[in-house]
Amino acid sequence: MSVSKSDAATIQNTEDIVRLRQRVRDLMKNEGFSLVDQTKMVTAASELARNALVYGGGGAVLVEVLKEDNGRTGLRLIFEDHGPGIADIDQALTDGFTTGNGLGLGLGGSKRLTNEFLIDSSPGAGTRITVTRWM
Amino acid sequence: MIKINKKISEILTQHKNEIFEDWLSGQLASVSLRLDLVSETELRRQSQEFLNLFVTASLSSNLQDINTPEWDGVREYLTSITYSRARQGFSPTEIATFVLSLKHPLFSHLRELSGVNSNDLIDMIWTATFLIDKLALLSIENYQRGREEIIKRQQQELLELSTPVVKAWDGVLILPLIGTLDSARTQIVMESLLQSILDTGSAIAIIDITGVISVDTLVAQHLLKTMAAAKLMGAQCIISGIRPQIAQTMVHLGVGFGEVATKASLADALAESFKRLGLAVIKPQARG
Ligand SMILES: Nc1ncnc2c1ncn2[C@@H]1O[C@H](COP(=O)(O)OP(=O)(O)OP(=O)(O)O)[C@@H](O)[C@H]1O
Ligand SMILES: [Mg+2]
Repeated sequence: MSVSKSDAATIQNTEDIVRLRQRVRDLMKNEGFSLVDQTKMVTAASELARNALVYGGGGAVLVEVLKEDNGRTGLRLIFEDHGPGIADIDQALTDGFTTGNGLGLGLGGSKRLTNEFLIDSSPGAGTRITVTRWM
Repeated sequence: MIKINKKISEILTQHKNEIFEDWLSGQLASVSLRLDLVSETELRRQSQEFLNLFVTASLSSNLQDINTPEWDGVREYLTSITYSRARQGFSPTEIATFVLSLKHPLFSHLRELSGVNSNDLIDMIWTATFLIDKLALLSIENYQRGREEIIKRQQQELLELSTPVVKAWDGVLILPLIGTLDSARTQIVMESLLQSILDTGSAIAIIDITGVISVDTLVAQHLLKTMAAAKLMGAQCIISGIRPQIAQTMVHLGVGFGEVATKASLADALAESFKRLGLAVIKPQARG
């Protein structure tokens, strides 16, 4: 597997989230992802970026287009923040759990909207979430 | 320093006309010339005006700090040119070149001075360079500010453009949502819908999301809150135009619209509203 395209962006305000959604959509459209795939990934991107902004105090995202040897294409997003981290990941993933004013669906929803979902977080060390959607 | 400053302003005053002509022909020959955006007459006028102010300010024998009152005129004029150029679509390089290209004609005249030792000449060039660079940086900053203002204004216009609450029928409002909904816009749109419900006393509000690209938890939350508020005001909401990819995404995300009626198309939603209001659409009888 190789990374055929990659770029990084900061997540410091809501405009950055709007830009990321557009970036993800454009990239996936160019790679030939279906409208459903695009919409799912754009929505997951929106959720994870907003979490990084709201709970992580801002962060960064790495966008990667992946090519597997068998020709399969994927889009990977790696979100990183240096906020308080998540103490209980299972609890955070539970639908309806929120420490803010949200619906508590963003994290669990993103997991269901993507093919691969990985959380790396510990209190005080920040949070890194990697999601991938394959064509 | 005073000696150096004096010398520079003397040269500027004495050779103003030659410096002006050299500067102008330099600008006209430059690759960053934009005659498509600014005419030669206009460029001549702007350059003349700027140089006049520049020479006058230099007489103050302060060439070190452009933030002093002596330089007010120069700063203001430069700002006004930069703003108008930013609006016209000049690039930052083209903007900075206007001031920076003054260096060459000025330095040529400094070199032609007789009876100046090389130390003084270097000091003079250093002083002039520093001064002109500061003005160039100022114009870049202003350019940036000008562009940001344009973007802000456009965003504002867009906000206003995209919040059209339409009255479809007596008692029926339609809010067509379009594009990516960031939280600022969604908030405004929703508020304008509630206000219209109040103003018109409408019983039914149709929120059409055919043009929406994605519905995430924040957008869903805004919609849910608006529908709850509308209900308190005595109005019912109908959501129409949930496209297949959005419906699928919402199911995975786990958000739903609860008991609120959803219709595939705006036409269906309108038909539903008529039904609820006890209205029927009837084809007039063909006349014989
Ligand atoms: N990057 C992060 N850093 C720290 N805590 C986080 C982060 N992301 C999520 N959390 C925690 O996990 C909880 C659940 O997140 P989730 O996105 O599922 O819901 P929410 O953001 O509260 O609401 P919603 O996303 O539905 O609007 C959050 O309330 C927060 O406490
Ligand atoms: Mg969230």
